[in-house]
Amino acid sequence: MSEPGAVSPIRSGYQRVLPPLGDLRRLRGSTHLIERHARAYRHMWLVFASGVAEPLFYLLSIGIGLGVLVGKVPGPDGSLVPYREFVAPGLLAVSAMNGAMYDSTFNVFFRLKYEKLYDAVLSTPVGPFEIALGEIGWALLRGAVYAVAFTMVMTVMGLISSWWALLAVPVAVLTGFAFAAFGMAGTTFMKSWQDFDYVMLISLPLFLFSATFYPLSVYPRAVRAVVEWTPLYQGVTLLRDLVLGDPGWDLLWRAAYLAVMGVAGLLLAARRIAKLLLV
Amino acid sequence: MTIRALAYWLTVYKRTWRASIWSSFLGPLLYLGAMGFGLGSLVNAHGTAQLGGVTYLQFVGPAILAVQAMQTGIMESTYPVFGSVKWNKTYYAAQATPLTPAGIFRGHLLFNAARITMNSAVYLIVMWAFGAARSPWVILGLPAATLLGLAFAAPTAAWAMTLKSEASFNYLFRFGMIPLMLFSATFFPLSRLPGWLRLVAYATPLWHGVALCRGLSLGTLTAGSAVIHVGYLAILAGIGVWAGGVTYRRRLYV
Amino acid sequence: MPEVLVRARGLTKQFGGFTAVDGIDFDLYRGEAFGFLGPNGAGKSSTMRMIGCVSPPSGGQLTILDSDPVRDGPAIRARLGVVPQEDTLDVELTVRENLLVYGRYFGLPKKVIRERADALLEFVQLTDRAHDKVEPLSGGMKRRLTIARSLINEPDILLLDEPSTGLDPQARHVVWDRLYGLKQRGVTLILTTHYMDEAEQLCDRLVVMDHATIVAAGTPRELIETYSTPEVLELRFTPDCHEQGAGKLRDLYPERIEATADRVMLYVSDGDEALKRVRGLGLEPSSSFARRSTLEDVFLHLTGRRLID
Repeated sequence: MSEPGAVSPIRSGYQRVLPPLGDLRRLRGSTHLIERHARAYRHMWLVFASGVAEPLFYLLSIGIGLGVLVGKVPGPDGSLVPYREFVAPGLLAVSAMNGAMYDSTFNVFFRLKYEKLYDAVLSTPVGPFEIALGEIGWALLRGAVYAVAFTMVMTVMGLISSWWALLAVPVAVLTGFAFAAFGMAGTTFMKSWQDFDYVMLISLPLFLFSATFYPLSVYPRAVRAVVEWTPLYQGVTLLRDLVLGDPGWDLLWRAAYLAVMGVAGLLLAARRIAKLLLV
Repeated sequence: MTIRALAYWLTVYKRTWRASIWSSFLGPLLYLGAMGFGLGSLVNAHGTAQLGGVTYLQFVGPAILAVQAMQTGIMESTYPVFGSVKWNKTYYAAQATPLTPAGIFRGHLLFNAARITMNSAVYLIVMWAFGAARSPWVILGLPAATLLGLAFAAPTAAWAMTLKSEASFNYLFRFGMIPLMLFSATFFPLSRLPGWLRLVAYATPLWHGVALCRGLSLGTLTAGSAVIHVGYLAILAGIGVWAGGVTYRRRLYV
Repeated sequence: MPEVLVRARGLTKQFGGFTAVDGIDFDLYRGEAFGFLGPNGAGKSSTMRMIGCVSPPSGGQLTILDSDPVRDGPAIRARLGVVPQEDTLDVELTVRENLLVYGRYFGLPKKVIRERADALLEFVQLTDRAHDKVEPLSGGMKRRLTIARSLINEPDILLLDEPSTGLDPQARHVVWDRLYGLKQRGVTLILTTHYMDEAEQLCDRLVVMDHATIVAAGTPRELIETYSTPEVLELRFTPDCHEQGAGKLRDLYPERIEATADRVMLYVSDGDEALKRVRGLGLEPSSSFARRSTLEDVFLHLTGRRLID
């Protein structure tokens, strides 16, 4: 390297999203962003708390009404289970996805384009990777609170039939991680609020068709093959197999699928923030 | 006046319809596919006696028509209305012209009504094509859905104009729109609800909208109940239009 | 010799094919207030962003606090305070929380931040608004809060991009007053502005930028001495005599005259003396006004009068 200050031919310092290994302490910057969000939500804690309600309404509606219309459906091991037991873990996965997507798309877009929060943050020692990590970390923290509440209600309603369900909260958080990171990366490409219709375009079909509300066997073979590869299906399957107590080895690679999606999204989001704001 | 205010929204829409087409048309169709066909296959296999012998697709199809009209009505009267005073301030720009607050309100509402009608028309065609409608009366589902949408859009816009912060919309969605969607005889008959909750459901506008659309689609609507449903929704929409005139004036003309 | 905090040699910034900063040289010394003066689009903000380590230079050398901004960006930013052109305050938080949260981004302990936040709010006269949300504050208050925020890490260098643009006269004077206070405390300031009064009020030294390059450098006094005359005589004629008057004077002061649509300006050493000579030519201006040269005269001389946008 030449003398300090000479502009090096590789202009990697700004493009490099990860801090050098020796400087991992800097990742603490992401916790400061989480602190900021926690503070901001103190001013609207009721909004935060009310987020618990939404999946519970779904659960209640299905428990009271739809469950009886549907009767029993084949569970993971093929034996028949009551519909509400079948659908509850699916709803947990969906709420993990929706919560994560909401935090990492609408909120991130607002901070990026209107509030200019990241411009302010980048003028401090905190860098783009820490911003991405902080945003996603916050989405997960919030998602974890909701997942705990949801799992507790499931327990009270007698919808849990296995100790494997203890893994439900971490798996819901993992599902949230995949979607939060993916959503944040996607948001950095958005130009206006209109683009959010594309978020709906992705999340709504996933919500409705990822074997959330009915078993995969309802679909013709060709459709089944497609659905099996979608990300929410991995989360739904993981949670359903765990909660209903029939975990197989396939769950490992499903978890890996979500983890890889999350890490890829995280790195892309950080790189994009650097590209947008550090020019 | 109203027409001039409407013209503004149509011009905006000309620039943005491509993106919104997905959420406004595709959303209800995906619901129809997932619920009517996917979930429907399970319900039909289990027996549809509780639905009065019709298939689940025929049961849920008209309900989704009503739900999407409500959703469009509410969504178009929340962020777009609030944003017009708070973020891009187009209401204030309009107010600097001869337009009156009431004209601005009605113009925006008329645009929302047009959106609801358009979305409902597309949905109805698909519903018919999929065999989710049993009676030709279903065609009257178009004005019915528009009226239902207005019964939500007008009061919502009136309320949105009184807000200081957009955070309140979250409560409307979570504690208003979603419970209504889930418990207004949309996805299962009201007979499943406990008695007291059934009474609550009967009082909600969405239930009247669902009953109206379902009665038309199945061809079972009686004149008496039609008058009750339409009357209820029309009164609600009328109150909303009156209230909007007041709140728009209060917010803009100070 | 005072310590050099920022050194630029041939510093260049390109966006695609567009050159925003074209090989500029300057040194910034500890304790001084250094100004970048120039019209919109001259390259001031791009230079500021490079110094702020949020924009990689495209060429040349830039050393900030003895470090390379590309390699050591975070470490340098830890010692900078930044007041951006547009306030980037956190509208979801209160006034005081803005300082608390921002301080955390520097990794400062909470106790230290709390103490500094209270002192800074006092300094920018916002103590009684500490628990209000940011949004209802006036433009001047927001600006002062942004300045307070930029000081939370007790920076070695404070970067101010057009600190008083868009403020009313009272608010501008309060901002200047606070910045002057910082100067007295020995804080090093770098600021950009296109207001001459601001530059004269605050800057010990300044450079004038135009078309991505530095066209002049020095203290305000030096710039006026170099690029203008001690005094300026402004003359107005009745519309029908304007052309004729300007023409005659052009013969008298071929190098040092500037005629606009409604005025003639003569750059002279003594205004009263010059007015006598004008009258001696038989010209009778409808009004005349002799004044001392200002930075504005330097600025217009160097960057021209035409619109730049």
